[in-house]
Amino acid sequence: MSGFRTPPQAGEVIDRSRTVDFEWDRQSYRGYEGDTIASALTAQGEMVFSRSFKYHRPRGVLTATYHDPNLMVQVGDDPNVRAGHRRIEPGMVVEPQNVWPTLDFDVKASNRLVGRFLSPGFYYKTFMSPRPLWPAYQKVLARFAAGGRVGPERRTERYDHRHAHPDVLVVGGGPAGMAAAIAAAESGASVILVEEEPYLGGHLRYGTAADREVCDELISRVRSIADLEVMTDSVVAGRYDHNWVAVVQRDVSGVSERLVKARVKTLVVAVGTLERPYVFKGNDLPGVMLSTAVRRLITLYGTSPGERAVVLTANPSGDAAVADLERVGVAIEAVLDARSGVTVLEAGGTGAVTSVLDSRGNRHDADLLVTATGWTSPTLLLNMAGDRPRYEPTSARFIPTDLPDDVLATGGIVGDGSVDELVAHGTATGTEAGRRALTLKATWQRLAPAGRSMDPPPQDPLDVPSLSHDPHPEMFRSSTHGFVDYSEDVSSKDLIAAAKEGYDSLELAKRYTTAGMGPVQGKVEAVNALAVHGEATGASLLETATTTWRPPYAPVRLGTLAGRRYEPVRHSPMQPWHETHGAKPLAAGQWIRPEHYGDPAEEVRAVRKGVGIIDVSPIGKIDLRGGDVPKLLEFVYVNKWSKLSIGKVRYGVMCGEDGVILDDGVTGRLAENHYMMSTTSGGAGTVWNWLDEWLQTSFPNWDVRVTAVTDGYASINVAGPRSRELVGRLTDIDLSPDAFPYMEVRTGTVADVADCFVWRIGFTGELSYEVHIPAGHGLEVWGALLDVGADLGVRPFGVEAQRILRLEKGHLIVGQDTDGLSQGFGMGVDWAIKLDKADFAGKPELVWQGEHGQYPHLVAIQTSEPELVPPEACQIIDPDGTIRGRITSSRLSPTLGRSICLGQVDADLDRPSQLLTIKLPNGTTTPARVMEHHAHFDPEGGRARG
Amino acid sequence: MLVIVCPHCGPRNSDEFTYQGERKPRPEVSTTDAAEWRRYLYMKANQGGWATERWFHGSGCRRFLMLERHMSTNEIRSVSQVGETK
Repeated sequence: MSGFRTPPQAGEVIDRSRTVDFEWDRQSYRGYEGDTIASALTAQGEMVFSRSFKYHRPRGVLTATYHDPNLMVQVGDDPNVRAGHRRIEPGMVVEPQNVWPTLDFDVKASNRLVGRFLSPGFYYKTFMSPRPLWPAYQKVLARFAAGGRVGPERRTERYDHRHAHPDVLVVGGGPAGMAAAIAAAESGASVILVEEEPYLGGHLRYGTAADREVCDELISRVRSIADLEVMTDSVVAGRYDHNWVAVVQRDVSGVSERLVKARVKTLVVAVGTLERPYVFKGNDLPGVMLSTAVRRLITLYGTSPGERAVVLTANPSGDAAVADLERVGVAIEAVLDARSGVTVLEAGGTGAVTSVLDSRGNRHDADLLVTATGWTSPTLLLNMAGDRPRYEPTSARFIPTDLPDDVLATGGIVGDGSVDELVAHGTATGTEAGRRALTLKATWQRLAPAGRSMDPPPQDPLDVPSLSHDPHPEMFRSSTHGFVDYSEDVSSKDLIAAAKEGYDSLELAKRYTTAGMGPVQGKVEAVNALAVHGEATGASLLETATTTWRPPYAPVRLGTLAGRRYEPVRHSPMQPWHETHGAKPLAAGQWIRPEHYGDPAEEVRAVRKGVGIIDVSPIGKIDLRGGDVPKLLEFVYVNKWSKLSIGKVRYGVMCGEDGVILDDGVTGRLAENHYMMSTTSGGAGTVWNWLDEWLQTSFPNWDVRVTAVTDGYASINVAGPRSRELVGRLTDIDLSPDAFPYMEVRTGTVADVADCFVWRIGFTGELSYEVHIPAGHGLEVWGALLDVGADLGVRPFGVEAQRILRLEKGHLIVGQDTDGLSQGFGMGVDWAIKLDKADFAGKPELVWQGEHGQYPHLVAIQTSEPELVPPEACQIIDPDGTIRGRITSSRLSPTLGRSICLGQVDADLDRPSQLLTIKLPNGTTTPARVMEHHAHFDPEGGRARG
Repeated sequence: MLVIVCPHCGPRNSDEFTYQGERKPRPEVSTTDAAEWRRYLYMKANQGGWATERWFHGSGCRRFLMLERHMSTNEIRSVSQVGETK
C-alpha cells in the first residue's frame, strides 16, 4: 500500500465533492467522479491490476492511458476494458482478467518460475508432438490464455453509425490540435476535432500553471466556434483512401459507441507523442512507470502512485515528474540524470518495486521508479496515408516525411517547441488545412456543373514553419534485459534469441516472438523492439524498415462496426390486406411477400379448379418507348422481336455476353412505340441496368426511353378456369377468347380504375390474366376481385402455391433451375434461341455452345416412390458415386398427388424414362426417372390457351 | 471508400457506383471466334499505374462513366460520361 490521494491539485479533473462507489476484485472501493479505474485504485494503494499474458507476472500502471498494456480489466460483461482510460461509475463491477484463482495468488504464476524456459516458439516446439495429444494440450493451454470473458446473454446496449462531411478533421485535442481546429474554422472550413480523452488539452492539462492558462483559453475559443464540432472520448480508428476516416465516438448519449464515417477534405494529425518505456531488469514490476503516467496521476487525478521515488530522467518530462512528486510530498530517493550518463540496471523486489540499482552501483530503496527515456511518434495515421516516417538519431524518434496533399501534421508528432511555438505551428497548419479543403471543395463544385459554384480561396499556399527537434539520447535498453512487449511478455532476450535462431528479418521475428501483436499493437513497444532487434542483427533502426501499421488505431467493438440495423424492405400496395389475413411473410430479396395464407396445397387446388389471385407486384416492369425499342428487344433477348404486333405479348430469354441466362419474362407491345417489359422479381434491377448499359455504351443514338415502373403498378395474377368470369365482372376489356387470345395484352379499366393493362399469360398453366393497376389503386382492386368473386370461390394464393403450380408445369425459374454456368442451350428454352439473328447479347457464346458445348440439360424428374420429395440440391449420381446432376426444384404436387422435380443432368441422361439415382441427405439413394416433358401436368398446355 | 466526382452529381462515395473495370471493344460478332470473344470477356491487362475503367452510377444519375484511376494511389484524374470526350 504505497499510493495515496494527494491534496487537491490545480489542474485536477476529478470532482472531490462527488464520491463514486464501485467494486474491484469483489471488494468495495470509493473514488471521485472523474477518476479512471486505475487512478481510483492507485489512490487506495492498489498496485497490481493484471497478470501478464505468458508468465502471469503481476503488473501495475505503466502509462496510465488507454494504451497501457497492463491495465486491461473486465467491467461487468465487458472484457479488455482499459482501466487507464475508463471512468469509474457508481456500482461498476470491475474484475481482474487473466488470473486464476485470484489476482494475489495466481497458480499460473508458476510459469514465472520456469520463465527462462519459455523461449520464443515454446508452445510450437513443446506441444507439436505427439500430434494426437494436441487437443488435450489445447484444453489446458486455453485456461492460460489471456483476455476477459463475454457472457452468453444477449447484449442490450445500442450502437449507431453516422456519416459526416467536415472540410477539416483534426485528430488530437492538445495545443497544436486545438489551434489547428480554430484556425481552420476561422478560414471558413467546417471542422471536427477528435480527442481520445474525455477532455481537451493534451499535455497542457498536466503541465504548469501557465500551460493550463493557455489550455483554458484555447478550449474557450474552440467552444465558441459554431462550425467546430468537438468529439471527446473518441478515437480515429483509421484513415482510408481519399481521406475516408473512421471515428469511434464514445461520448454520445443513448448509444454505447457510434462509428462516424467521415469524408474529410483535409486531415490534420496532431496526436502528439507517446512516452517510451525503458528495457532493464525488473522493468515490469508494479511501481515502475513512465514520467507522463506519474504526472497524469498526480496532476489530473490527485493521486500519488508511491511514497519514495527514484526518477530516471533524460528529458524535461522526467524533470517535471520530479517537481510533481516533490510537490505532493513524495520522497525523492534519487534523480538519475541519463543526460549525464547514469542509468538504471535493475528494479528489485518481488511483486512490487522495493529497490533500484543504478549504473554507478548504488542501490536505492524505493516503491516507485519513474522513467523518462524518450518519445515515440504514433505515426499510424500518417503511415495509413502513405507516409514512411524517417528515424532521426539525434532526437531518437521517427519524424514524418512526405505527406500527401490532403494530410497535414502538427504538434509533437512533427517536432518540439514551447507551447507558443506549438500553438503557432498548429495555427499555420490549420489555416493551410482550411485553404486546401476549400480549394478541393471549389474544384469538386466546378467538376459537377449542376451544383452551386464557389470561388476557390484566393490565398496562395501557406508556408507552415517547421518545428525543431530537441536532442535526446538514444535510450532503449540498459545493459540488463527486461520486457520489451508487456502485452505479450516478450523480453529483449527473446528478441535476441529469435535473431540467433535465424529470424533476422524484423517481420519474421515479430511473428515468431509475437512482439507487437498484443492488444497495444506495438504503439508502446515497437521502437524498443526495433532497437533490440537492430542490436542483435547489427542493423540500425534506419536500415530496419518500420512495421506496416494497419487500422484500427484502437480496438473497435463489433457492435460499433455493425451499428444500427437498417435494411429497407419493400411492400406491395396490398400489404395491409396480407397482414390482416394471415399471410406468412417471406423475404424475397428486399421484398416481403405472402408465402401462403395457411394452406398452400389448398391454394393450388383452388387455382386448378376455380380461381385464385396472387399479388405479383414485385415483378419487374420496365416501360420502353421509342421507335427503336424493337432493335433493343432483338439485341437483349435471344429470340426474335421485330414482328411483334400491337397487342401481342411474347416470352423472352436474356443471356449475358458469356451466354449465361440472365433473366426471362414477357414483353408486350401496348402501342406503336410503346412496350412494357416484365422481368423476374429478383432480376428487375439487373435488367434495368442491362438495358441502360447497352443503350448508353453501345447504342447511344437509338430512340429508346427506359423507365422502371415496378413500383408504379400493383400487379395481380388472376389464375384458374374461372378467371375469365371473375375479371370479366370488373373490366371493360372484351375477354372473349377470340377478342383477347392467349399471349396478348390489352389496356383498359379494371374495377373502375383506368389505365390498367392486362396480359394473358400462363406461368401457372391455367387460364390467367395478369392485371397491372396504377399502384395507388392496387388495394381496392384486390378487394374488389375478392368481393365480386366470392361466389366463384376465389381465394388468394401465395408464392409457395405459385411455385408448386409452375413446377407442375415445368416452367423454370432463372437462378433456381439455372445457375451461374447455365448457358442458353439445355435449359428448356432452346426453341427461343435464334442464331440466325445478326447479333444479340451473348450470341458468339451460344454459337460455340451449340457446336461444342458439353452442357447439362434441365429435365423433369419423378421419383419411383411417389411420396418421397428429394430436397432441392440433392445430387443425382452414378452407381459408383460420380455426380451426374442435381435436383433444382422439388415439391409434392397436390394436383397429381405425388412428388415432382426439375433437375439438371448430364446430356446423355436426357432421355425419357432414363433411370436416375438420387442421393438423399441421409446418405441413402432413391430411384427416379426422367419425364418426357418438362410439364408434369397438362403438357399440351390446353388449359392456359382455352 | 473512394470519392468519385460524378460529372452530374458531384463528389459521391464509391458505394453509390458499380465497378465494371477495364472494358474492351466488343468484337465484330459476325466474324469473331471463341478465342477472341473470351479475350474480350475475361482477359484484363490489369496493369499498374494509370488505368481507364468503367463505373456505373446506379445510385445516382444512372450514367455509365469512364474513370482514369491510378492503381497504386487510387488517385482519380478524370471522370467522364461514356461516349463523351473529356
